[in-house]
Amino acid sequence: MNSGMSLIVKTVTRLVAGFITLFGIYIVLYGHVSPGGGFAGGAILAAGLILVLLAFGREATLRMMSHDGALAWDCGGALAFVLIAALGYLAGGFFVNFLSHGEPGQLNSAGMIPLLNAAIGAKVGAGLFGVFLALAVFRPGRHREDPS
Amino acid sequence: MTLTALPYLLALALMIIGLYVVVAKKNIIKIILGVAILDYAVNLFLLLLGYRDGGTAPIASPQQAASSDTLATFAAGSVDPVPQALVLTSIVIGLGCLALMVSLAIRLHEKFGTFDMTRIRELKG
Amino acid sequence: MTTWLPLFVILPLAAGFLTPLAGRRPGESGGAARGLALLVGAVLLAGSIALLGSEPAVYWIGGWPGADRPSVGLSLVCDGLTQMLLVTVNAIAFCALLYSWSYIQRYTGRALYYCLFLLMLAGMNAVVLAGDLFNVFVFMEVAVICSYALVAFGVERAELEAAFKYVVLGSVSSLFVLLGIALIYNLTGQLNMALVAERLGALGTERGPAVWLAAGCFIMGFGLKAAMVPFHAWLPDAHPSAPAPISAMLSGVVIKAVGVYVVCRILFNVFGLNTPAGALYANVLIVLGTLSMVIGVFLAIGQWDFKRLLAYHSISQMGYVFLAVGVGAAVLATDGPRPIAALAIFGGLFHLVNHATFKSLLFLCSGSAEYAAGTRDLHELGGLKYTMPTTAGCCRVAALSIAGVPPFNGFWSKLIIVVATAMAGYWILAALAAFVSFMTLLSFLKVQRYALEGPPPERIRAIHETPVPMRLAMIGLATACVLLGVLVPLHRARLIDPATRTLTEPRLYVERFRPPDQPHMGTTWAAAVKELQP
Repeated sequence: MNSGMSLIVKTVTRLVAGFITLFGIYIVLYGHVSPGGGFAGGAILAAGLILVLLAFGREATLRMMSHDGALAWDCGGALAFVLIAALGYLAGGFFVNFLSHGEPGQLNSAGMIPLLNAAIGAKVGAGLFGVFLALAVFRPGRHREDPS
Repeated sequence: MTLTALPYLLALALMIIGLYVVVAKKNIIKIILGVAILDYAVNLFLLLLGYRDGGTAPIASPQQAASSDTLATFAAGSVDPVPQALVLTSIVIGLGCLALMVSLAIRLHEKFGTFDMTRIRELKG
Repeated sequence: MTTWLPLFVILPLAAGFLTPLAGRRPGESGGAARGLALLVGAVLLAGSIALLGSEPAVYWIGGWPGADRPSVGLSLVCDGLTQMLLVTVNAIAFCALLYSWSYIQRYTGRALYYCLFLLMLAGMNAVVLAGDLFNVFVFMEVAVICSYALVAFGVERAELEAAFKYVVLGSVSSLFVLLGIALIYNLTGQLNMALVAERLGALGTERGPAVWLAAGCFIMGFGLKAAMVPFHAWLPDAHPSAPAPISAMLSGVVIKAVGVYVVCRILFNVFGLNTPAGALYANVLIVLGTLSMVIGVFLAIGQWDFKRLLAYHSISQMGYVFLAVGVGAAVLATDGPRPIAALAIFGGLFHLVNHATFKSLLFLCSGSAEYAAGTRDLHELGGLKYTMPTTAGCCRVAALSIAGVPPFNGFWSKLIIVVATAMAGYWILAALAAFVSFMTLLSFLKVQRYALEGPPPERIRAIHETPVPMRLAMIGLATACVLLGVLVPLHRARLIDPATRTLTEPRLYVERFRPPDQPHMGTTWAAAVKELQP
């Protein structure tokens, strides 16, 4: 594996990767007041990581987010979602929105929905990146019956 | 035949193309593409069910939500959000299936050295 | 009890996501994962048994709709049919988890195995609990996507090929289900099954062709999941390719929870049978059931791969269930004598439970034979009754059960099905069912002759019995086979009669589970929003 693409691509990636991640986080956090949400934001977060993977190659990216790290974020996000939903039992039942609902349209509103969005964002971002990592292992023409 | 029927015809055409590709093609990658096309066809159909000509986004402002009547007026002029929610879920499920199929295709290529379904024949009977 | 209904979904879901985290420490052999999974399985089994015989209940997720709100909420419903399926699913899952304790140690990626297993369990529990059509679809997908991955778990040539066929056909069938749901939503403006049933009943004969199209989509989609002939091609490849506990789950409960259960629920409780189309649905079930029953057993006779033979018998035995349920539906649709309909449906549901026990047991036995002898070709096996007495004994119990020999459970359910079919006037089908039972007996005599009897071949003379957890799982299922057969009068009142009643009195579903205090739910989004306002 060579170490990624040309200098131009690497420089541009260095410039935009942070903004992509920031935008992903914004989409996740504003999911309850504007279009977007956990899945869309998580997909953007994954896209940022995938861009880094394409530009800098596998090794450099795996130092940022390894297979195990992606798995942990993935399962952790899903677990957080289930646990937050189950916390509703404190207020009467599964998925009961027990936090303050706030003023509709404000960032600090909608009770536990932003928390659920954050959990989904973590899960989807890590999950999609994990899928891409798993598929990127593939090299055309390599199959195990090959004696070489 | 009015113009409003056209999107439904597009969904139907996509569905037929998808089914044809799944049934008739022998290449694994093409079969996967066929399933994806079929997926999009059903999603498009579901989305069209909630569409209303000239409808607005189904997000009520505080003024519109003030009373039962204003809310009903608003709802009558907006598109149906339920199919949109269903389509989002269905897209995510479709993504999961697609990723699984692609990874299986990769493993199959590792083992058999081909994407041709007619040459992948271990199981019989 | 009702308050804790979501736990059937929450527990396996949470544990499923926890196992990969527990299993990724270096030097971890999957002990934490398997302990956690077995614990969850035991808790769910205990919970589902405790639920048996309780009153039908509905749980509104998130507190919706409350006392004064319309049906924008999602519901979990729990009536007799759900309780029966929950016990079946969780009992088989517990035995499969116990069996996996030792069996799966030969594989790598054990934590992921338990993750997929528990997610599949969560999906099935949620399918049988779900009170609205779209949740049925979503959790069916959760369950089957995990099963696709589990079929491919061995990542060898045969496994991958089988999994690919399974995933393509499974995806296409899911899309047909989704199409059916879209048509129903467009027609009724509802997804809650009780409200859909109410709207369809109110529409009466003005339903139009959309309902027929939707019914066709559902029968094709779920029929493919249940492997009815002519939609069966994937099953004989997919079920034998999975690890043995997964084969037991797939044949034992997955095809029932996401296939038979949903077909029954939708045709009986949602579409209703007291319409002109009711008789047609019933006849479709009877024809597909008979075809599966007969073709499955003839394809099974010629098999020499132990697990593949069992897989073909699954098709055949599911044919019995569909035949019995179809006969019951036909009697109900034509306003025939209700006791006969109840008897037929009782036979079908009883056979469903029985098939779950003995077919899972057979798959576990074949897995033990493969575990010890390294082959599942009947030519190469032999003399297991000397080398592996426990496995052989359990295998014999299961074979006699599936072949319909008294006093094992398969005998009683097949007897009831044959008698009910004859009483309903389908003499030829009753004779066919008895004949297929005879063919099943022949086929399993072959299994006994080649796998259990005779001198052990040289190559497998030195094999030993399997580890204790695997034997315990098999003994547990064998005991269930005997007890379900001998104690019919004791368990039917709690286990199967309530389930039969849900299907013979389909209108009860609407009365019990429709959202409270909403006399006229609107059919459109606009009308629904108007009622939403306090």
